[in-house]
Amino acid sequence: MAALDVEVEQAATTPARRGRLVFWLAVAWIAIVASAAIAADWLPLTSPSEMDLLARRAGPGADHWLGTDALGRDILSRLVFGARISLTIGLIAPMLGLVIGAGMGMLAGYFRGWLETLVVGSIDVLLAFPPLVLALAITTYLGQSVLNITITLGILSIPALTRVARAATMTFAERDFVTAARALGAGHGRILMRELLPNIALPLIAFFLLAVAVIIVVEGALSFLGLGVPPPTPSWGGMIAEGRDSLDTAPSIAFLPAGTMFLTVLAFNMVGDRLRALTDPRPGAL
Amino acid sequence: MTGPPLLAVERLAVDLPTPRGRLCAVDQVDLGLEAGRTLGIVGESGSGKTMLSRAILQLAPRRARVSGRVMFDGRNLTGLDAEALRRLRGRSIAVVFQDPMTSLNPVLTIGRQIVETLREHLEIARASALRRAVELLTEVGIPAPEQRLRQYPHQLSGGMRQRVAIAIALSCEPRLLIADEPTTALDVTVQAQILDLLARERERRNMAMILITHDLGVVAGHTDEVAVMYAGRIVERAPTTHLFKAMRMPYTEALLAAIPKLDAPPHTPLPAISGRPPDPTRPLPGCSFAPRCRYRAERCEEQKPGLTPIDATGHEYACWHPIGPSRA
Repeated sequence: MAALDVEVEQAATTPARRGRLVFWLAVAWIAIVASAAIAADWLPLTSPSEMDLLARRAGPGADHWLGTDALGRDILSRLVFGARISLTIGLIAPMLGLVIGAGMGMLAGYFRGWLETLVVGSIDVLLAFPPLVLALAITTYLGQSVLNITITLGILSIPALTRVARAATMTFAERDFVTAARALGAGHGRILMRELLPNIALPLIAFFLLAVAVIIVVEGALSFLGLGVPPPTPSWGGMIAEGRDSLDTAPSIAFLPAGTMFLTVLAFNMVGDRLRALTDPRPGAL
Repeated sequence: MTGPPLLAVERLAVDLPTPRGRLCAVDQVDLGLEAGRTLGIVGESGSGKTMLSRAILQLAPRRARVSGRVMFDGRNLTGLDAEALRRLRGRSIAVVFQDPMTSLNPVLTIGRQIVETLREHLEIARASALRRAVELLTEVGIPAPEQRLRQYPHQLSGGMRQRVAIAIALSCEPRLLIADEPTTALDVTVQAQILDLLARERERRNMAMILITHDLGVVAGHTDEVAVMYAGRIVERAPTTHLFKAMRMPYTEALLAAIPKLDAPPHTPLPAISGRPPDPTRPLPGCSFAPRCRYRAERCEEQKPGLTPIDATGHEYACWHPIGPSRA
């Protein structure tokens, strides 16, 4: 009987503990990548554009820890400086979407009526527009700068975040505490900011992290297609594209940035998933 | 009986459009309440009690059509703009809701919820609002109020949560408190404490109170006057002592009979009211209670009885065949 109890308990706690470990590993990886990107200028790295023509496609060694690419540039240094671009775009673009999307979504979910029709309608229009064509159009006409790419991807992330905010707001707007707040003299602004926003913050943040992962991949895809940040500025997608030519002789040139991007995206997904599970009303999800 | 009443509801009606037709939730209700007095509104689920209280606060659902007048302290609330109403709610008229589990915001601390309301209406500094919050929690009988301020609603028991909700409602010294089934979601032992707390605070602040409940036992001990509601209308209204001494409306009698009695022998069947309230989307031509009434006659099904006063005490009833004092 006692042995059975112990077994049951273990079966119940182990997945939770493993989940927590994975969560903290993911947080640690994001922290490493982010601090490396922030401190890139002060780290003892060779310049990401400095070409060591005597050591092209070199393997890992004392001079170049992760080796060099086809032009003899230090891969580690390019990964770190590439993280700057990926994280800047990956964080700021969804933030743009979060502010605009959450604002529109909350207003639509709270006030309903014609405002909701307008917001949902414009989101549907935005969703129906092919994202790659929009990105192409903007970069072609306005130029390939970090700012333009961020704005483009930010606009593309608005619909999803609007929908999440609207759905979450709708579930809370009908709840008693909102009526209670109104009965105690709260205006629309206070109800939205003080009563509803704290309640929908967690699902929004969880979804925001998933959006970060998606945007990092999309930015990589744009760079791979040559629509991203123009060279010689290093970016992960661009590095994969450049490494494509020497896949047979030096596969690490393409695989290292691909692996870094994979781990980063995975880490953001893990953290986002865990936060989402916390807000999931189904008890099994905890 | 001096001066005009604090609250006067005149021919208030609330209609809700539904897919099955117009639903008349509140039907031509007249009410009056003087400062410092307590009015009990009794009725079963769906009789329009809550909709009436929402309509008084001008908080009826947006699609509802409200007609009639609500005079509060000489002002017609139905004609006020949103900003004036916002200043009035919480400041002059406050509400305590049925379920403290859902009427408090789950993700804000108790302290923040009290301080918010205080600062919104009284425009006082954070520090003094916090001091006032501690005072309020002490007044409603919450031990260790400083610690409670930092807690979230889920960390408190149901009774504690309702005390917090009452503290928030009382925070701005309202002149009218609407308590909408304040004890329905609570344990029986806690119910009495909450009702006593409401009565004590009402007394101390000389505030008027509307106590909405489905329990005649609750109104018996805690109100000055009772209005019995059925199918959106007031069917009997009387000073509490008169009502229990000599009720005239068969519905009131049936409600009272449905309360289990301690001195009845075990396994006595409870005289429940048979049938269901009428479909509110299909109003009956006659008395709404007629289909379930023991005393119904032909006239009850054809003509709607109006409220008729019986004497100078203010006892009124809407019935063609009232129960005589001898029968009660």
